[in-house]
Amino acid sequence: MSLPSPSVPLSSTNPTNPPLLSLSGIVKSFPGVWALRGVDLQLNAGEVLAVLGENGAGKSTLMKIIGGAHAADVGSLAIDGQQQRFQSPQESRAAGVAVIYQEFNLVPALTAVENIFLGQEETTGGFLARSQEREQVSALFQRMGVEVDLDAPCRRLSTAQQQLVEIAKALIHKARILVMDEPTAALTSHEVEKLFALMRELRRQGMGILYISHRLEEVFTIADRVTILRDGGNVSDCPIHAITRDQMIERMVGRPLDQEFPSRRVTRGGPRLEVSGLRRGKAVQGISFQVHRGEIVALTGLVGAGRTETVRLVFGADPRDAGEIRLDGQVLDIRSPRDAIEAGIGLLTEDRKLQGLVLRHPIRENFGLPNLRRWCRRGFVQHLRERAELDHYIAALRIRLSNPEERVGNLSGGNQQKVVLAKWLARDCEVLIFDEPTRGIDVGAKYEIYLLMNELVAAGKSILMISSELPEVLGMADRILVLHEGRITGEITDVAHATQEQILQLAHA
Amino acid sequence: MPEPMKPARWLADYGMILVLVLLCTFFSAVTYSEQSLTGEVAARQVVEAVLKAVPNGARVLVVASDQPGDAAFAARVERDLTAAGARVLASATGEPRNAREAMQKIQAAGGLLDAIAATRVAGGWRLITDLASDFPSLGSPRVITPASYRWPHFLKSENLLNIANQIAVIAIVAIGMTLVIITGGIDLSVGSLIALAAVLAAGFIRDQAGGVTASTGGMVLGCLLAILVCGAIGGFSGLMITRFAIPPFIVTLATMLVGSGMAYILAQGQSIYQIPDSFVWLGRGADLFGLPNAVVLLLVLYALAQVLMARMKLGRYLYAVGGNAEAARLSGVPVRRVLLFAYVASGLLAGLGGVIMASQLKSGSPTYGNMYELYVIAAVVVGGTSLSGGEGRMLGTLTGAFTIAVIQNGMNLTNVESYTQKVVLGLVILGAVLLDKLRQAR
Repeated sequence: MSLPSPSVPLSSTNPTNPPLLSLSGIVKSFPGVWALRGVDLQLNAGEVLAVLGENGAGKSTLMKIIGGAHAADVGSLAIDGQQQRFQSPQESRAAGVAVIYQEFNLVPALTAVENIFLGQEETTGGFLARSQEREQVSALFQRMGVEVDLDAPCRRLSTAQQQLVEIAKALIHKARILVMDEPTAALTSHEVEKLFALMRELRRQGMGILYISHRLEEVFTIADRVTILRDGGNVSDCPIHAITRDQMIERMVGRPLDQEFPSRRVTRGGPRLEVSGLRRGKAVQGISFQVHRGEIVALTGLVGAGRTETVRLVFGADPRDAGEIRLDGQVLDIRSPRDAIEAGIGLLTEDRKLQGLVLRHPIRENFGLPNLRRWCRRGFVQHLRERAELDHYIAALRIRLSNPEERVGNLSGGNQQKVVLAKWLARDCEVLIFDEPTRGIDVGAKYEIYLLMNELVAAGKSILMISSELPEVLGMADRILVLHEGRITGEITDVAHATQEQILQLAHA
Repeated sequence: MPEPMKPARWLADYGMILVLVLLCTFFSAVTYSEQSLTGEVAARQVVEAVLKAVPNGARVLVVASDQPGDAAFAARVERDLTAAGARVLASATGEPRNAREAMQKIQAAGGLLDAIAATRVAGGWRLITDLASDFPSLGSPRVITPASYRWPHFLKSENLLNIANQIAVIAIVAIGMTLVIITGGIDLSVGSLIALAAVLAAGFIRDQAGGVTASTGGMVLGCLLAILVCGAIGGFSGLMITRFAIPPFIVTLATMLVGSGMAYILAQGQSIYQIPDSFVWLGRGADLFGLPNAVVLLLVLYALAQVLMARMKLGRYLYAVGGNAEAARLSGVPVRRVLLFAYVASGLLAGLGGVIMASQLKSGSPTYGNMYELYVIAAVVVGGTSLSGGEGRMLGTLTGAFTIAVIQNGMNLTNVESYTQKVVLGLVILGAVLLDKLRQAR
């Protein structure tokens, strides 16, 4: 595999050479928040640097400053020792920086080729040189060793393929610094391996890669060095072999962590939610299971196995072709989320931003949305009750915010998830469905969410949890159901002695 | 922690109100000119002056012209002077020739005059100023007129009420439009529904309720019918949008054409004017402290809408649906019903706007409301409601509507021609949205 060589001299190992990218004393504040309070960071050519930190530690802000989306208040940014002051993403890109955000910057209706050349189209005499563009891209994908449909609109490509299009865009633009935010979050393990192989090759050719991830196992596989941020400042900067996983967590959280998963002792009660013969198209082909009182049941499997689709049917978010849902023995006629909520079922969706929250609206209004009916007298909202309950949950869930009237979108991921959790807790649901409850959440906040789940089942509630993170499934569930292509392919009841391999075997059926 | 910049934020949030105040100040300054009292206020002042000039048993002639309030002036002066012991020999209202006749009668009877109480206009007639040479036998009466004062023509209460009355239709229809736009939609049909409602109400009164002899009940029935038909059309739009997921722009573009066409068919392309005089009560009457009825209705509706949006569950749902419909649905919000409500409300309010317009103009015509959807949308947008949904305030829309009305009125008073007015209005809309963008860029 040989990739178009970035226009830097190969791997400058000479320590007297300036680092490829160097930040020092970066300070950035937003109204009411210090996002960064003096961050230093160095990225050398031919190196993968992992940037770790809890949500709200300042990783995203740092990334946006490097990418030119924000300007730093104070501090300097240098590329090859040359001071830069990016006023826009264009300037950053021109200096050789490519940022791949978690939400890709692709136009869904355009093809891979069109996206890759967007803004830098090749032209001959004012006309698009389409065949030339196409050849370049196809040659590039070939050298990368991947196959991407060049004629399909990008919205039809898989997440992994869209990511490859983003990387190809960076390479075509001769980027020397690649910044990747959670690049593996939505990939299967096979796709992750391929991505890592590609990253290693780019590193060999002298590219500097800044890699942000919550998955610590992966950091050990791919990174050369780690920089850890906490509360907007550096707390650690060391080679990967000089740190252990537990040390990483402790430095991110700022206190020693005894356990990753809190223990609980709950006696399981009788069956509460009983689902039988659930069907919808190809995604869900006859699924039956039970969730008991005081029990956490995990629904796991590969992406696309039908997990989210199944719980959406239970919640009435999509119409089902067939199947029966009982709660405490009573058959429920669920046709909409409204019916499910009325019956006492709550769903914390996988995608907080698109489905869980109205990001532009205040925290208080988001919290109130499913609960207004309880707080209403003749259609009027009783603000004092709403405010009192919100204050209760802010304290109970330790939600960090400056003002309940601020936009929920301003909160960090972990705090946003807590707001979602608060709104369902206030509804006092008997059955709570958690779809990827800790996705994109830092270690400290994860632990708090686990504690809350334990408290809920201790109070006799039932939890149905979907998770792609196998350690989480093994650590939290009382029972594990494994799905494959819309069917349950295995059930693990002895979770204490189960292994990740066992789950993966069932998941691949 | 860095403090958020509060004054700047306040300025941005209430920027439109500030702009409105500045506009009013500007037009006040430009129209600052000589004014005189009229009506009963003027009468009281003149009576006082007469009694002061001739304390006992004054013989007085009252002269008034034919301007609004002059009859009331004459009647009040006569009554108050008589009560105070003066003798009003004659009272002439109308044209100079009426006054001349009155003087000739007094002269024929050999009477003498101590004072002439006149309105400002009448006091300036040649007849009065040249009295000594024309009617020497009447003595040398003092001519007493109301004092003049300097005041902006723009700020006179008649003008302000006039502004409110003229914007009433647009402002009322804009309430419904604000609801729709907050849900992330748009309603282009309101202009046509104004015409349809006007034609339906006028047509019902002419054909079913007895034309110019129609009873109050018949008129009310006609208006209600017109409003309900418009609500039903709004509901139809809402159903198309919620059941078949057709974009609101397309659906209401279609109902706009259908509504306009129906109005022309029903009216057979004509104006319908066979309506009792009392029909103008809603549009031109003023029963409460001199406030026009349409303006009272407008204020009541805005108060209700404000309460709905700020205090009620439905209001919260409207914002949530516009902010993120999927998140709202998964939180148990009946998204379809909420959307349906917004379009029915918009239809009903457009119907009400049409009825008010028919009442103001005492006729119904299919040409009413032409282009009004754009003025209504402009009022909403100038008021700071985002076309992408989820945000916006009722009082903002009211400010927006009044901003448009003040600009039009001010330019009329300062004799700016209508073509220029359009240019200015367009730029103001652009400026308002720019202001809003700057606010969001914070």
